[in-house]
Amino acid sequence: MIRTVVRDVPRAVAYLLSGVLLGATLLVVLLVLGALGLALAPVLVGLPLLAVAVLSGIPVGALERRRLALTRTPPPPDPHATPAEPGLAAWARLRLTERSTWRELAYTALFAFVLWPLDVVVLFVALVVPAAMVAAPVQLATTSSTSGDARIAKLWLIDSYGQALLCTAAGVVLLLALLWPLVRYARLRAALARLLLAPSEAEAERRLGEVTRSRARLVAAFEAERRRIERDLHDGAQQRLVSLSMTLGLARLDAPPELADRLAAAHREADRVLGELRELIHGIHPQVLADYGLPDALADAADRSAVPVELDVDLPRFAESVESAAYFAVREALANIGRHSGAERAWITGRYTDGRLRVEVRDDGTGGADPARGTGLTGLADRLAVLDGTLTVHSPAGGPTALSLEIPCPQR
Amino acid sequence: MPAALKIVLAEDSVLLREGLVGVLTRFGHEVVAAVGDAESLVAAVRSYAPDLVVTDVRMPPGLTDEGLRAALALRAANPALPVLVLSQYVQRAYAADLLDTGDGTGVGYLLKDRIGQVEQFAEAVGRVAAGGTVVDPEVVRQLLRRRRDPLAALTPREREVLELVAEGKSNGAIARDLVVTEAAVGKHIGNILGKLDLPPAEDTHRRVLAVLAYLRA
Repeated sequence: MIRTVVRDVPRAVAYLLSGVLLGATLLVVLLVLGALGLALAPVLVGLPLLAVAVLSGIPVGALERRRLALTRTPPPPDPHATPAEPGLAAWARLRLTERSTWRELAYTALFAFVLWPLDVVVLFVALVVPAAMVAAPVQLATTSSTSGDARIAKLWLIDSYGQALLCTAAGVVLLLALLWPLVRYARLRAALARLLLAPSEAEAERRLGEVTRSRARLVAAFEAERRRIERDLHDGAQQRLVSLSMTLGLARLDAPPELADRLAAAHREADRVLGELRELIHGIHPQVLADYGLPDALADAADRSAVPVELDVDLPRFAESVESAAYFAVREALANIGRHSGAERAWITGRYTDGRLRVEVRDDGTGGADPARGTGLTGLADRLAVLDGTLTVHSPAGGPTALSLEIPCPQR
Repeated sequence: MPAALKIVLAEDSVLLREGLVGVLTRFGHEVVAAVGDAESLVAAVRSYAPDLVVTDVRMPPGLTDEGLRAALALRAANPALPVLVLSQYVQRAYAADLLDTGDGTGVGYLLKDRIGQVEQFAEAVGRVAAGGTVVDPEVVRQLLRRRRDPLAALTPREREVLELVAEGKSNGAIARDLVVTEAAVGKHIGNILGKLDLPPAEDTHRRVLAVLAYLRA
């Protein structure tokens, strides 16, 4: 304990001392702002000044949250919400309706009028007085030539070196005795600041909700973009290529033999591009998922798998976001199996029970899949998390690997 | 040149619709109606009573599988109506749904890419109109890739034959393609049907069942 106290003393002193400087400055600023504001209020110029005074808690709060780092605790997060619209007016409107703004104002007033004077008293009692006592012999030596006595910390009168040495001893004892209360006080002081400046539970929850919602919006936007790209390719490039292939096909029929050969080569090339484009579009978003739902889309994914897959899926239709998250998770799993597992077979099972969709992909490969390393798996876990779903990968070295996902969802 | 057919065509892309009309006309068929959505397709079939319907899968208004559903409805109302469905994707589910209508004859499911191979496309058109069954080779290839148990029993040559059967070819045509005798093709098909556990019955129908067995697997 002694060691922690010794270590914490410099921090506590730094915290309190910087608090005194800040608090004193704040008092002056607030008094000037308040006085000017009130005096000028009748001519309206004062009102903005008063508003600034009301909002002064915000920068003070931000600074104080940072200053809390001096007490060896992590600074609390900013409790304020981000304004939905740009502009100073929207910002001020939001801030004035937030409870944390008013808590910060209360803290600022408390800081300016009560806390920093209290800090001064504590610092004076715990450091300045003992220090003066310790220095008693020096004081006596400097004053004895004129008056023959000295007044220590304006409290005690001493007139002999014996008394002075006694005073020094008492000062050392007092200094050591007060170090622990000093650290305690600094901690209490920091706890009070944290109480008023950290986000309340409701605010923390609201922020979490905001994060979840914005993540869901991101995923939805990503999904919409996927579909737009797929539609654009389908309606544009693919149709034109089919049309080109048709024209080439007809041209070949009527062309003289020497030209027909070259047309045939061009035709083959166009068909290869068509095939590649078709696979590309399918990878972006398979139409069968929208038309037939998960069982058929999973059968389709199994058809395309490099490793033979046995399918045991019995599922109703779900919301689009659920179906596509589950589908892409399975496809990623199958791709991983084909690439890394060395498996000979894979199995997909899908069931819907107790309002939860459960899909499992197993293989008989060598295992050792690490979700922490594969960005693909992490991305899938994130996508499922937006739907409150979970992704579990069980893959001991030596295998086999089982990837299972679970999404709570109503059926469509 | 095969007999001229009266064809109703449904395709929402103007570019492809014009192209398809061109190809079909080039092979001597008459496109009596070329429409751009599923509703007009049903109406056109009702008023023209065509010999064949050629339709795209994805069509307005929903741009999902309206064309296919219209084709299924037309087949349900008139199981003898030959329908050739063109799809942007290889989709087992589409082909299976289509073959499930009527007795699975007089239907075709082809990738749109095949239109470019105009002669083969024209052949498929003729075959479907004549009551044959045509499944895109890509679908069959994908199924063969799955190496499921019944398929594991097939020899590579038998798989090749099955692929051509799915394309709707006759024994004679298959024999010419593979450069073997027609009798050999017959023997392969007999083996395939045996391995797939399809008991002897009327021959052409069993060929459809063989393809269908895989589609449903």
